[in-house]
Amino acid sequence: MTTSELTLPQTQGKKVRTRRVMGAGKQLHAGPVTYVVLTVFALVSLAPLVWTAIAASRTDRRLAETPPPLWFGGNLFKNLEAAWDQAGLGTAMLNSTIVAGTITISTVLFSTLAGFAFAKLRFRFSGFLLLLTIGTMMIPPQLAVVPLYLWMSDFGWSNQLQTVILPTLVTAFGTFFMRQYLVQALPSELIEAARVDGASSLRVVWHVVFPAARPAMAVLGLLTFVFAWNDFLWPIIALNQQNPTVQVALNSLGTGYVPDQAVIMAGALLGTLPLLIAFILFGKQIVGGIMQGAIKG
Amino acid sequence: MTSSKQALADPASSAEAASGSQPGAARGARGRGTPAQGPDSWRSRFYRWDMKASPYVFIAPFFIIFGAFSLIPLLYTAWYSLHNVQLSALDHQTWAGLDNYRNLLSSDFFWNALKNTFTIGVLATVPQLMAALWLAHLLNYHLRGSTVWRVVMLTPYATSVAAATLVFTLLYSWDGGMVNWFLDFFGIDAINWRESDVGSQFAVSSIVIWRWTGYNALIYLAAMQAIPSDLYESAAIDGANRWQQFLHVTVPQLRPTILFTVVVSTIGATQLFGEPLLFGGVSGSKGGSEHQYQTLGLYMYDQGWIIGNLGKASAIAWSMFLILLIVAVINLLLTRRLRKSQ
Repeated sequence: MTTSELTLPQTQGKKVRTRRVMGAGKQLHAGPVTYVVLTVFALVSLAPLVWTAIAASRTDRRLAETPPPLWFGGNLFKNLEAAWDQAGLGTAMLNSTIVAGTITISTVLFSTLAGFAFAKLRFRFSGFLLLLTIGTMMIPPQLAVVPLYLWMSDFGWSNQLQTVILPTLVTAFGTFFMRQYLVQALPSELIEAARVDGASSLRVVWHVVFPAARPAMAVLGLLTFVFAWNDFLWPIIALNQQNPTVQVALNSLGTGYVPDQAVIMAGALLGTLPLLIAFILFGKQIVGGIMQGAIKG
Repeated sequence: MTSSKQALADPASSAEAASGSQPGAARGARGRGTPAQGPDSWRSRFYRWDMKASPYVFIAPFFIIFGAFSLIPLLYTAWYSLHNVQLSALDHQTWAGLDNYRNLLSSDFFWNALKNTFTIGVLATVPQLMAALWLAHLLNYHLRGSTVWRVVMLTPYATSVAAATLVFTLLYSWDGGMVNWFLDFFGIDAINWRESDVGSQFAVSSIVIWRWTGYNALIYLAAMQAIPSDLYESAAIDGANRWQQFLHVTVPQLRPTILFTVVVSTIGATQLFGEPLLFGGVSGSKGGSEHQYQTLGLYMYDQGWIIGNLGKASAIAWSMFLILLIVAVINLLLTRRLRKSQ
């Protein structure tokens, strides 16, 4: 914890230091106080989720007792089943999977193509078009919902999943994310070499760009899936209770007039579970993706 | 934020290359890439066409989607905001001029929503970013299991607005809620989180803070790791302790990142919708019994889809856009002033 540790890197060569700049450089070892404070942060992060599981396992209709339940009851599966039935979570899960899955595949594909064009290809107005792309991130989605709602009704697409899918088939964030990655990760010589061999653009994309972009595509896919699964504003306007996504179904569960709060918590748990599993499996990649997007953005 | 500079630097060269791209010019510029066949073979013609057209084909999906589902709707929203459009009679749209806007400006609920959006925005953004900065500072130490810490701090990000708000609503119950039970230990009387003005706004803000602090901490952490270690070394030689180093090295170096997160969080706060809607339960779209946490986003939903006045909802959407533009301009001026003062 003393500042004298700071001088340690000076004894190492300059090469070492430049390599460290992006990574784990200039780090002081954390003292016990740091661990205590971090544990408090971690508890605040995790406690509501853990408590959701506890509340979902109780029998109480209102959970209003003092002290509140602090350990699991025996009613978890009964409540999960009730939430599944009451909110129609079966349909909702399927719908959310279709919506988030389609959006993810299409966003990753189109963002990679556009990102590659902005990163490596030369064309007229490319700089202006890139700035335009970034600028569109400033436009709030609220500005589009009234016309979209009216048009989708005209098309007879009310309550249909394509209503939710179409507007987010590709995003400015995805395009910019892939562009930033490919600028560095894809050597121009590789493209040149493929060109010398007479490869068409599609061949270059398939054999050079996609392999080089694969790590970033995986990360963008995870981020997009989380975003699409959790999206709320447009789905709640575009879809009704007959054909909901998970978030719309959860909303209906929360606005019931005779709420059984253990069941509501069971629903919240079920709606979050797929993403929590994804976090346990790919947490490191998601963290890396956000940090990468941040440092270059 | 350096990227925009790169973006500006790149096209300068590409524009030159493209301006002379008569047939054959592209070939001349990249002579190595020309296939061996004669200049007029179908292959070389295809090749030239391919070189020119493919960039536009690759970026087309984004611009088509953006145009169809953002830009054109944005203009139509402006058009509808000048009309009387009722959800119950969509075919009877009549010209209303600026009536919807006049209506808004004279409505107490609009000003209430604007005020709430501002206070909840400040309550949610300021503590969130300060906590994120502190958290990033801690995560930047050499930690055992550093990845695990980062993933744990980010888990709230995986929770949806709907799930998180349902949980927090229960935690904030007036009678038997976990938060009031906890406060009781410190001798603080139970607070009616749903009905009181400040209490309910704080409760709604805390959901936002919970979900986004870890996310912002990671953004700060990424920027912190890019700060050259020499700066800390020389600060240490000058006798700066850790806190002074944080204040005089870390924070100034992070200034662009902090500004970036302030802008992003402000945009998010202006659009706040799901948290207050679900926190209100049955009276959700009104933002509580006394509209005590009705935000602009919620007000728009309430006017458009609960009351059914889509023309007015369009006017609210455009007001939100104008407010965001004002925020953007203020931010630009502040950034300039900060740069000048350096």
